[in-house]
Amino acid sequence: MIAATRTAVAAPDGGTDPRRSPAVSPLTHLDMLEAEAAHIFREVAGEFDRSALLFSGGKDSIVMLHVALKAFAPAPLPFSLLHVDTGHNFPEVLAYRDRIVEKHGLRLDVASVQAYIDNGTLRERPDGTRNPLQTLPLLDAVRDGRFGAVFGGGRRDEEKARAKERVFSLRDEFGAWDPRRQRPELWQLYNGHHQPGEHVRVFPLSNWTELDVWQYIEQEGIELPEVYYAHRRKVFQRDGMWLAPGEWGGPRDGETVCERQVRYRTVGDMSCTGAVDSSASTVAAVIAEISASRVTERGASRADDRLSEAAMEDRKREGYF
Amino acid sequence: MTTGVAETVDRTESSGRLSGGLLRLATCGSVDDGKSTLVGRLLYDTKSVLADQAAAIEEVSRRRGQDGPDLALLTDGLRAEREQGITIDVAYRYFATPRRRFILADTPGHVQYTRNMVTGASTADLAVILVDARKGVVAQTMRHCAIAALLRVPHVVLAVNKMDAVDYRESVFTAIVAEFTERAGELGVADVTAIPMSALAGDNVVEPSGRMDWYGGDTLLSHLENVPLGDDPTGKALRLPVQYVIRQPSSDRQTVERWLAGQLASGVLKVGDPVVVQPAGATSTVVGLSVLGRETDTVWAPQSVAVRLADDIDISRGDTLTADLAPPAQRRITATVCHLDDRPLRPRQRVLLKHTTRTIPAVVEHIDYRVDVTDARRLPCDDGLSANDIGGVRIRTAEPLVVDDYAENRRTGSFLLIDPQDGSTLTAGMADAWAGD
Repeated sequence: MIAATRTAVAAPDGGTDPRRSPAVSPLTHLDMLEAEAAHIFREVAGEFDRSALLFSGGKDSIVMLHVALKAFAPAPLPFSLLHVDTGHNFPEVLAYRDRIVEKHGLRLDVASVQAYIDNGTLRERPDGTRNPLQTLPLLDAVRDGRFGAVFGGGRRDEEKARAKERVFSLRDEFGAWDPRRQRPELWQLYNGHHQPGEHVRVFPLSNWTELDVWQYIEQEGIELPEVYYAHRRKVFQRDGMWLAPGEWGGPRDGETVCERQVRYRTVGDMSCTGAVDSSASTVAAVIAEISASRVTERGASRADDRLSEAAMEDRKREGYF
Repeated sequence: MTTGVAETVDRTESSGRLSGGLLRLATCGSVDDGKSTLVGRLLYDTKSVLADQAAAIEEVSRRRGQDGPDLALLTDGLRAEREQGITIDVAYRYFATPRRRFILADTPGHVQYTRNMVTGASTADLAVILVDARKGVVAQTMRHCAIAALLRVPHVVLAVNKMDAVDYRESVFTAIVAEFTERAGELGVADVTAIPMSALAGDNVVEPSGRMDWYGGDTLLSHLENVPLGDDPTGKALRLPVQYVIRQPSSDRQTVERWLAGQLASGVLKVGDPVVVQPAGATSTVVGLSVLGRETDTVWAPQSVAVRLADDIDISRGDTLTADLAPPAQRRITATVCHLDDRPLRPRQRVLLKHTTRTIPAVVEHIDYRVDVTDARRLPCDDGLSANDIGGVRIRTAEPLVVDDYAENRRTGSFLLIDPQDGSTLTAGMADAWAGD
């Protein structure tokens, strides 16, 4: 009920109620974000029969897996990993992925974009970018695995369409996201009900920022694929980004390859993930670098978000992560 | 414009140990109060807007023939919102100072979007309610204030915006504060701090104003950095809703250790503490505690923990560990609810009720009244609650629940009503104090 009792109201001059005592929490902001993410994992484990964690070997999915392993320790993870492999992944990242799967005794399913192209189900795009091609293999894998929930490493600070994403995001059988039909999400009460054919995308790192992710990597001593740290690499410039040459179709005529000291802020499909000039070879150096950076993570390194002002929103509607 | 994007950005110390912790706030205002500009100003002046985002909004502003960057563009999200120039949905924004991390729920102010403000306020430690200095306190202002009171948001900031449009006059501010303070008190808002500002010109949002010498208080950001975090959950009675049971086979595989996993909703728990497993009422003693795999002897809210008990009692998801038998498990709840779904909530409707980690069948026995949120008057309600209505209901559940008075414990006093057919979230509920059978 709306209480009718009148209580002390602070004076408008900024005076404060003397009864208040500062609640000094022994928990840091990272502790609170970690506790929230673990709660989300356990909710899904408690309510869904089958779920999968999208694991690409990118830092967000690595942090997500790290929290998940802690949330169920000392027991093994109660779900499997799923990787949508575009066929253009960094070899270092694939090697890392396989090492982690082996180390923790996990089960990994790989949905291959290349296989879909080879059998004619999908066609290569003229620009060579394969990120938009991931949706179909992902949805087929979700259907074939009968997964009710799929964990993604998406964060709301990444992009403006993601700022409105729920922690539990209901998707129809086409994986589509309808921003007008999202369920209200209150307190820590997540509604995972879904109809046959529907599934729920779950984002345990919703409230983390890029800086939180890196600070957590430092705090926990988490190993990352080496491409996240400064290294010398042959690159060429396209649309103001350093791209790595490879089978995916770069460089084109007129694009010259040179060697630079770079690192990656995000790791995805090689055709649209750009490197940034960097000398940061340790976690601390990376944190110092992004603390001083004046370019957002996606702006610096994702060509696919630059296609239009609403590029991410459109891909989410179509069933993207 | 008084500030631009700084050349270097020092967003936080690198240790990750921000001494001020994490503050969740919700911003609420009517359509033209300048909320988007205020949120944009907070992000822009705390250097949370980086070069490419700033360049993008500067480009769009230039195309539209505006002088400076339109900060409201920073918070525009979806295509339909840009097309219609409105905000449809709660958006979450993130910024940090060297002292504290902030999660900002940016809630739309339209009348029909009460549910969005309820959503944003449900997790907020602090609500910023915007008023246009030229218009003063309007019906929508009190609606936002009432929702903040209803959701028990611990702190309220009255942001008297657009002071530039009233020549920064103290008398305008004082009159608005006097009216708001009196009416907020009637609605039960405990703690109001009023700040005169101009989000457009940058006065008193992040930078102190040089044009309001008569105001001696904090800027908005300085207040956000220093206000105590919400109510301290460690000072309350123990509540640990069990989410999941982690089974660890012993090394010889002859026995299985059972760890009860959950996030402490409130209280502190130590090895050796006696606990009651509700609703069954069985008692036992804590023999092991772990925080995400690391064994320890004390845990406190809101940590995600696992607990091992001395006795092998039947415990599963949905049970709650408490220190004693209060509150008693009950099958009748009286509650204040905010209806969210477009289909009305009707008396005798069958629903699923989700409370902490338990979801059970329930029936809405009676809808007692509807609340006029502008003045907290109770109105008769014969035909059910429509979307965005707030009302009082009586609910009977299929199984006993351990429900707290929402005023005492937001986490264990809140619940959702869910449509058993299509799974939609229908209604958000806040339980009243238990009045006995």
